Order: sequence, then C-alpha cells, then structure tokens
Amino acid sequence: MRGEAFLPCVIAGPGYPWYNLTWFCSLHISRVSAESEGFFKMSNLSGLFTGEEHLKKEISDFRPGDTVRVHVKVVEGNRERTQIFEGVVIRRRGGGLDETFTVRRVSYGVGVERIFPLRSPRIERIEVIRRGRVRRARLYYLRKLRGRAARIRERR
Amino acid sequence: MKGILGKKLGMIQYFTPAGEAVPVTVIEAGPCTVVQTKTREKDGYEAIQVGFGPKPERLTNKPLKGHFARAGVKPVRHLKEFRVEDARSYDLGQEIKADIFAPGQKVDVTGVTKGRGFGGGVKRHGFRRGPMGHGSKYHRRPGSLAAKGPARVFKGRRLPGHYGNERVTVQNLEVVKVDPERNILMVRGAVPGPRGGLLIIKEAVKTAVK
Repeated sequence: MRGEAFLPCVIAGPGYPWYNLTWFCSLHISRVSAESEGFFKMSNLSGLFTGEEHLKKEISDFRPGDTVRVHVKVVEGNRERTQIFEGVVIRRRGGGLDETFTVRRVSYGVGVERIFPLRSPRIERIEVIRRGRVRRARLYYLRKLRGRAARIRERR
Repeated sequence: MKGILGKKLGMIQYFTPAGEAVPVTVIEAGPCTVVQTKTREKDGYEAIQVGFGPKPERLTNKPLKGHFARAGVKPVRHLKEFRVEDARSYDLGQEIKADIFAPGQKVDVTGVTKGRGFGGGVKRHGFRRGPMGHGSKYHRRPGSLAAKGPARVFKGRRLPGHYGNERVTVQNLEVVKVDPERNILMVRGAVPGPRGGLLIIKEAVKTAVK
C-alpha cells in the first residue's frame, strides 16, 4: 500500500495531477433514502472497487527509478505459469483500479518496455530489487541513454 | 420482465477474476420502490410502477403526494412502469434492488443520449468531409442530395439537424458485477447519456434466457 497517495482526492489542490479532474472529484453516490441527506463523496469511482475480493492485493511501495522484478501469470495453452520481467520503472500513471506502471529493460541490446496494470490479478508479485534516486516522475530520457550513462544512483 | 431504474455513475476498467480487464459502466441501480400495481381487470394490462431517487416532500405536488401516500412510500423523482407477468405478486412499497440481475446475464439499457444541438452531416451521420487545406474550400458540407433524374430529393435523405438528446436502448450488455448492498451494477460496455443520467435497465429481450 502506498500511504496517502493511495486515496487520491483526500489530498488535492493545484499542483496535484488530479486537481483538474473535476468530474472525478464531484462523483458521488447518493444514498437513495431521503432521510440521510449526506452523500458520501467518492472521489474516485475506480478507487471504490480496489478493495474487492479478487483485486485485493498487497502492493509493494515502489517509485520511478526503482528496479523491480514483476511476476506475471501467463497462460500458455491450458497451462498457467509465472514469468518474470525485470527492469527499471520509468513511469507510474493513473489511479485506483486504472493505475499502470512501465518497466524498461535492455535485453540483448534491444530496449524493451512493458506496461503493467498495477491492480491486475495476473500480476502475482512485484519485488523491489533496488531503489533509485531520480529527479523526475517520467524517466523517458533513459531511452536515449545506453550502458554507463543509463545508470541510476541508489536511494538510501 | 425484470427491470430497475438507475443512475449512470461513469465508466471504469474492471478486472474479471480471470484477470481480464473489461470496460464497464458503473450504474447506481435502485433501490426502487413499487408505487403502483396495474392489473388486467382494472387497467387492461399487467404492470408495476416503480420509483427511483429521493425527492424532498416540498417539491412534490399534492396529487403526487396522494399517489405516494397510497403506496406508503417516500416521494421519488422518477416513476416508470415495467410490464410484468403478474402484478399481484408485487406488494406496494416493495423494494427492488440490483440483485434481480446476476453476473453473466444480458440486459438492455435505455437512456437519453447527450444533446449535441444542431449537428452537421459529418457529426450526425458520419459523412466524409472534404480536404481542410490545399486550397480546398469544400470542408464539411453535405454534398449532393440526389441525382438529376428524379428531379426531387427522396425521403429519408440524411441531412444536418438536431442530434442527440433522444431515447436510445443498447441491447445485450453483459452484467459484470452486482452489489445490492451498495446498489451497484456494472455492465460491460458503454451506455447512453451523461454521468448522472437516468437509465432503465431491463432483462435483454433478444437473448434466450438459460
């Protein structure tokens, strides 16, 4: 679980990326009985369902710049097995059920990026191997860099 | 014919237990109260009238107040009828919740589409437009209306005009999730109307029930 960023609209204001998603913030579920006048405001519709049984999952805390090992379930014919994808997280986007992250790795000299839905039940586990210190949220600049230049300093 | 009224809350992506991400519309469905039952003897057909959405007493006029008092229910904003086999099997004031539907079942969803005002042929009927540049002055016009031969325009010619704000039914949408406690119904795919719009959800007419 990611602490406060996990409840997006509890903290909101200019400067937060979701500030302008006014409809997200104004979405509410009205109670249909007339006596209870209070609406309970649901800031984020998809956030409503993150607690659902089959979607409930411990999500390790990781950020762009971290090196992770993602365990993905893949279906081959009628067999299911776990595949591992390891690389640097270069982006995390979206919120609630819709959140995704992009992992980049260089495999045999070819850059490979894979986008994973964070909440997908197909993702078994995300291991954080190394925490990196980076100064931005989207690490697209890594695409242009090779080898030693593409290193990320470790965060302590 | 099972049916319920609801409010469109918006669309999200939802994961099935198999791990597949599906686009769903989240609907606040019910609870609806039965306000009136209509019988063949009295009204000539069998139906139930259901209400949805709270409405303050002060906004309810006297005739309606009487109507609600008769059923012993709180005033509601929307009243709609559903044809049923036997209206007598329903009690006045009975609650209808989202659990009349089950995941996997197909439903038809009716709503009023977003009004788009006076729309041109391109927006309204998907006409192709002309080039926007290269010296072209023919951008989004409807073009020729007919051939020279008949010397008239045939009926049904698609032309610019009022677009949207009409009642539309989307058939055979799959129910993905039902949560009667939170009055939530999730349906695969898009549904007409804006967020907050009234929806009528019925059992699918054209799918054979298993």
